[in-house]
Amino acid sequence: MTIHQISVFLENRAGQLAEITGILSERHINLRALNIAETTDYGVLRLIVDQPETAASILLGQGVILSMTPVVAVGVPDQPGGLAKVLHLISEAGIDVEYMYSVFGQGNGKAYMIFRVTDMDKFIAVLNENGISPATGEELGIH
Amino acid sequence: MERYYQPEIECASREQILAWQNERLVNQVQNVWDNVPYYRKKMEEKGLTPKDIKGVEDLHKLPFLTKDDLREAYPYGLLARPLKDCVRVQSTSGTTGKRVIAFYTQHDLDLWEDCCARAIVATGGTNEDVCHVSYGYGLFTGGPGLNGGSHRVGCLTLPMSSGNTERQLQFMVDLGSTILCCTPSYAAYLAESAAERGIRDKLKLRAGIFGAEAWSEEMRHEIEKGLGIKAYDIYGLTEISGPGVSFECSEQNGMHINEDHFIAEIIDPNTGEVLPEGEKGELVFTSITKEAFPLLRYRTRDICVLSRKPCSCGRTHVRMSKPMGRSDDMLIIKGVNVFPSQIETVLLEQGYAANYQIIVDRVNNSDTLEIQVEMTPEMFSDQLSHVAEQEKQLVNALKAMLGIYAKVRLVAPKSIARSEGKAVRLIDKRKI
Repeated sequence: MTIHQISVFLENRAGQLAEITGILSERHINLRALNIAETTDYGVLRLIVDQPETAASILLGQGVILSMTPVVAVGVPDQPGGLAKVLHLISEAGIDVEYMYSVFGQGNGKAYMIFRVTDMDKFIAVLNENGISPATGEELGIH
Repeated sequence: MERYYQPEIECASREQILAWQNERLVNQVQNVWDNVPYYRKKMEEKGLTPKDIKGVEDLHKLPFLTKDDLREAYPYGLLARPLKDCVRVQSTSGTTGKRVIAFYTQHDLDLWEDCCARAIVATGGTNEDVCHVSYGYGLFTGGPGLNGGSHRVGCLTLPMSSGNTERQLQFMVDLGSTILCCTPSYAAYLAESAAERGIRDKLKLRAGIFGAEAWSEEMRHEIEKGLGIKAYDIYGLTEISGPGVSFECSEQNGMHINEDHFIAEIIDPNTGEVLPEGEKGELVFTSITKEAFPLLRYRTRDICVLSRKPCSCGRTHVRMSKPMGRSDDMLIIKGVNVFPSQIETVLLEQGYAANYQIIVDRVNNSDTLEIQVEMTPEMFSDQLSHVAEQEKQLVNALKAMLGIYAKVRLVAPKSIARSEGKAVRLIDKRKI
């Protein structure tokens, strides 16, 4: 069970992020999660939005370089140790986290994390074995 | 008092120089006709035989040679002597695609070293001097040329080669180097390094012979002040021999071309017409004494001006200005020849689009090269490490092709300025 992340190439210059989010807000695309990894010259913007396909086609139409990346969202109890348990399972299974970031608040007692790991299938299997089911798109308000 | 290595030649009358040139040119044309089928064919295509060249006044009739000819005739096509008579090969910086190989007989080396010796003596050099050669040694002509010239003058020669600044400075202090030979940017760097270490007062340098890259008068003053020396320019190219084709005298106002060995012309780079003295154009050389690799009317692509006005130093040989630019797109970065086409080749090989911009600058007296490349969907990844890894591969591939480090900057698509649909490929911010 994966969801779509939009990965966008960002040049490290003033206004780049505002430009991208501006384009999306004009088309009433709602951001669910956002993360940036950067070097001094450029970065990768990772977005979870409510309408991934629409958002991607809008951005492509503006000449933005992007790719769609499958990621797993996991809802953990919003309390101390919630995330630690998931990370412990991942490390036990010998899976490496490539990157992870959190989703904006859901208000349902759960904290949602987005995971991109070396072996996505194995990760999902490990989660299921331990009674943690990956979050669905609906749960995160993704259509 | 002005000193000369070969006063009877360097201060010969114009009539004498012309007489040498006439005789040597006629002989050289016959030599090339007899021994270089590649050039003979070019002459035949113009309906010329050696009889048509009776002296310098007929030089303009001869066909040009260009870097393309050197590539086409690579490696032996322009050789005029059997290999058994050759004793040395030198080569230009740059890469396989653009590499130039020149051959030398022992006699060629002797004359080349004479030319470099003239440059050293013009700075006041004698056998009392300690000549510190920090040009690269090897295929590059800088080190071997000045090394040979220094031997001829009888200087104590320090064949330092380039790099290892710590050791350079230590030798300079311990052995009391008096003449420094290197690129102007390295001289500026050495000056800074000496100041940082507080050893400026321990240096005995009094003169520097700097070439292989363009430098400004401001840079000259900076180096002269920084090292407490008088800085002289030297010019040359591997195709013609190496450094010492021309050199500065105490006047520091143009470089005297060694006209007993090389005939210089200035042409219009577009029409090929010879231009009158004093006009700016492309410098063309004819080697009249070279045995192994005698190039006739070789187009240097350097734009400059010639002057036959008498020089107060007493030398009578024509002076050339510092090169003011190029008639092709070649860039000289840190003394290395770089063509934008080489950069484009690497980008395409590495899977990038040919949307790029080359930005050359000079920071702290050292050239910098940055290549902005537009990102493509194929090269993009959600993982920064993958993008960075590809960027590193590109930097390595550029280094392998160009021989120097180029900073790569990945930019957003269509962010490189285009004028009338055509991208501006090169921005040279150096003020030389």
